[in-house]
Amino acid sequence: MSQDKTVLLNIKNLIIEGYSDEKWVGIVHGVDLKLHRGEVMGLIGESGAGKSTIGLAAMGFTKDGCRIGEGSSIEFDGMELTTTPQSDLQSLRGSRIAYVAQSAAASFNPAHKLIDQHTEAPLQYRIQKRLESQEDAMELYEKLRLPNPREIGFRYPHQVSGGQLQRAMTAMAMACRPDLIIFDEPTTALDVTTQIEVLSAIRDIVDQFNTAAIYITHDLAVVAQMADVIKVLLKGNEVEEADTRTMLSNPQDDYTKSLWAVRDFKRDQKPRPTEGSPLISVKNVDASYGDTPVLHDVSFDIYEGMTVAVVGESGSGKSTVARCITGLLPPTKGECLFKGTPLPPDYRDRSKDQLRQAQMIYQMADTALNPKVKISEIIGRPAQFYSGLTGPALKNRVDELLDLIELEPAQYYNRYPPELSGGQKQRIGIARSLAAEPTFIICDEVTSALDQLVAEGILRLLDKLQNELNLSYMFITHDLATVRSIADEVVVMQYGKVVEQGPKDVMFKPPHHAYTDLLLSSVPEMDPDWLTTLLEERGVDDIGEAAKANKRD
Amino acid sequence: MNYFIIGFYALVIGASSLAAFYQKRTAFILLFSLTLVSFVMGIVGGEAMLWSVTILAGLIAFSAGVSYSFREFLVIILPNDMAKEMRTAPLTAGFGLFVIFTYAISGIFAPIIAPYGEAEVITSAFAPADENMLLGADQLGRDMFSRIIYGARNTVGLALLATILAFLMGATAGLYAASKGGKLDQLLGRIVDVIMSIPSLIFSLLLLSIFGTNTTTLIIVIAIIYAPRVYRLARSVGGNVVVMDYIEAAKLRGEGTWYLIRKEILPNSTAPLIAEFGLEFCFVFLLVAGLSFLGLGIQPPTADWGSMVRENATLISFGEITPLIPAGAIALLTVAVNFVVDWMLDRTSGLKE
Repeated sequence: MSQDKTVLLNIKNLIIEGYSDEKWVGIVHGVDLKLHRGEVMGLIGESGAGKSTIGLAAMGFTKDGCRIGEGSSIEFDGMELTTTPQSDLQSLRGSRIAYVAQSAAASFNPAHKLIDQHTEAPLQYRIQKRLESQEDAMELYEKLRLPNPREIGFRYPHQVSGGQLQRAMTAMAMACRPDLIIFDEPTTALDVTTQIEVLSAIRDIVDQFNTAAIYITHDLAVVAQMADVIKVLLKGNEVEEADTRTMLSNPQDDYTKSLWAVRDFKRDQKPRPTEGSPLISVKNVDASYGDTPVLHDVSFDIYEGMTVAVVGESGSGKSTVARCITGLLPPTKGECLFKGTPLPPDYRDRSKDQLRQAQMIYQMADTALNPKVKISEIIGRPAQFYSGLTGPALKNRVDELLDLIELEPAQYYNRYPPELSGGQKQRIGIARSLAAEPTFIICDEVTSALDQLVAEGILRLLDKLQNELNLSYMFITHDLATVRSIADEVVVMQYGKVVEQGPKDVMFKPPHHAYTDLLLSSVPEMDPDWLTTLLEERGVDDIGEAAKANKRD
Repeated sequence: MNYFIIGFYALVIGASSLAAFYQKRTAFILLFSLTLVSFVMGIVGGEAMLWSVTILAGLIAFSAGVSYSFREFLVIILPNDMAKEMRTAPLTAGFGLFVIFTYAISGIFAPIIAPYGEAEVITSAFAPADENMLLGADQLGRDMFSRIIYGARNTVGLALLATILAFLMGATAGLYAASKGGKLDQLLGRIVDVIMSIPSLIFSLLLLSIFGTNTTTLIIVIAIIYAPRVYRLARSVGGNVVVMDYIEAAKLRGEGTWYLIRKEILPNSTAPLIAEFGLEFCFVFLLVAGLSFLGLGIQPPTADWGSMVRENATLISFGEITPLIPAGAIALLTVAVNFVVDWMLDRTSGLKE
């Protein structure tokens, strides 16, 4: 693969400390890392493992309020970064080390054209003149298989899609032909079909220019496609390191094994009850935001005690359906029935009991919980509001709910949401919806912001609750692994229409609708050859969007 | 060359050398520029100039010392979590809090602290300071010191009440508009635009001449003038909060607007509102002082800093600093409040990270 195998980055005993509560606390405790030219190293671990911190430290950079501890050494191509002055580091970054952030949408300046941002670094370091650099940018866009490579650079960031933006970001990182690129979860925010485009584009370009890369992610299947070497981290310590194939086939440490086992959770599929009307039934619903129609003739049923997964890529109208059911967006045509009786289209016209029956769990627990309200009150309020509980009865109910979501009541009762981890917050979100004693819960991408281990815990909890309380779930997700583990029935949506629906076992077996097939085949697998094989099947030059266009016909 | 000049230069040069030796960058730059400035000042202004530099430096050092001890005092007496906030507070915030604290004490205990009544004529007009009168007498022979103390109560009290009223009106309307949106939001917004388009001093002069000048009208008029600014801030801050999922969750639960404002939106908008409170308080304060100076504010013989400046203004031409004392009291409080507000703004922006 590469011609030159010298060591490019050599990190020894890296200690990084953060300042909190008036003292320095260790974040990374002595990690060693050796990266050769042209090598791609995958850093994986759950959140808080110090992956991103190590990635930034490889550029000699720490976030505000952090510092590199005594005795650490970061050697980049013979240069000791810990003692290099800031000004030299600055010129090193961008020209020889580049960084690709998780959210390209947030990292591009919306006020400038893509190509102007692309040429910024080469111009600043006087590597290329403006026109040369623009020409180079177009070449890179072409290599990254962006549509209209000669024209796309002259658009503004909001005029291109998320996947294209992420590729433009990669092109920008390549602008100075760096020796090392750090990818910090570049595909986490993308859905499966787009993810493939970005992954293959990144892999090809890194290969072509013999660039070394550090690929940070929490998705094992992704790292299996990208990396030559995988390093597993846990709480700022190295767990183990091995080359990708060895690591996948023969993990040594228990923690690594548990990471590998996450995808094993699977629940038995329940059949539809034979009698009785569905709990929730969406009938021929059309909806629009302003004048833009988003849903066209959407119908499906959810029966009591069942989990219906609604899948589709972003923009397919999954969440809009949820908004129609909850009454936040009154449909323009059609109606939603609850146990056979139509629900008033606007939530303001619904009775307290109707509101109580359907609850929602949100994707971002951060924004779904009021940061200035105590946990006891967040959970207690619905119970107080709907059931009129007060005083000791309310406290008992909150304790009971905290027990249900497997959090120690005494410990969490008086805390505030910002003091909790992502998984704990999501559990509080679940408790809040349970406090209303609903029969139906809409789970809007509840696990997509979480690590796999934590996400699995949430799924197991939801499953347990369903069995205990006979709840029905509408599970909105773009993650098919989640669907596989928890759903009874699947509804596939595209462009605001239901493409296909049916029980899970039928849906996951061929023959599929072309779109379902595309979604299914795009889910990364742990096999390191998966991406290569898939690209060969689809034809390397027209993956992703092009493939979609072909399949649509 | 006397010992003072030699000592002075020895001190600044020695201190800057020490700073340089211990690699205290900012301290060195500060001290060394002081040294250079003192050279010029010594040549131009002679010994007297150097004395004033020394006194100024002494004053700054003294207030820094006071601020430091006041901050440490607060750290010790406050409960744990607030003490933690205080420990990380800058020295300027300590100074601001100390000044506000002093003003509050003198305002609350004015009758006990002041040696004479606020309207009590005790000597001839413009009598100089003696052992009975700390700051001399004003144009009617009333004790200046006593009037300053009473002024703290009247002027600051009035400004405080007016600001609180402005905040009650503005914040309630703003948060309500943010959570309701639609036509009501538009209506309130346009009303606010109308009020804001009229220059505040002219508008208050107009209203006060229509409704007469007593304290209640004054407070209401000032509150009406300042409420629109609060409204705008509250609406924009509230607008960022109402789009959060937890508001949606509360709406779907069927909560009323008042609950939403009180429990969900307000706790998440307090930080910018408190900071704005500090700033508005200063503006209101200056407006009250300005109105009093024009004769439309607090009416005599009630002591008020603004009118005290006006009444004693003639003394300026005789080289007396008496009229500057109430002006200085206003300036000091404004600076102090702004120090505290800056600190609060820093804290809120820090929390956002």
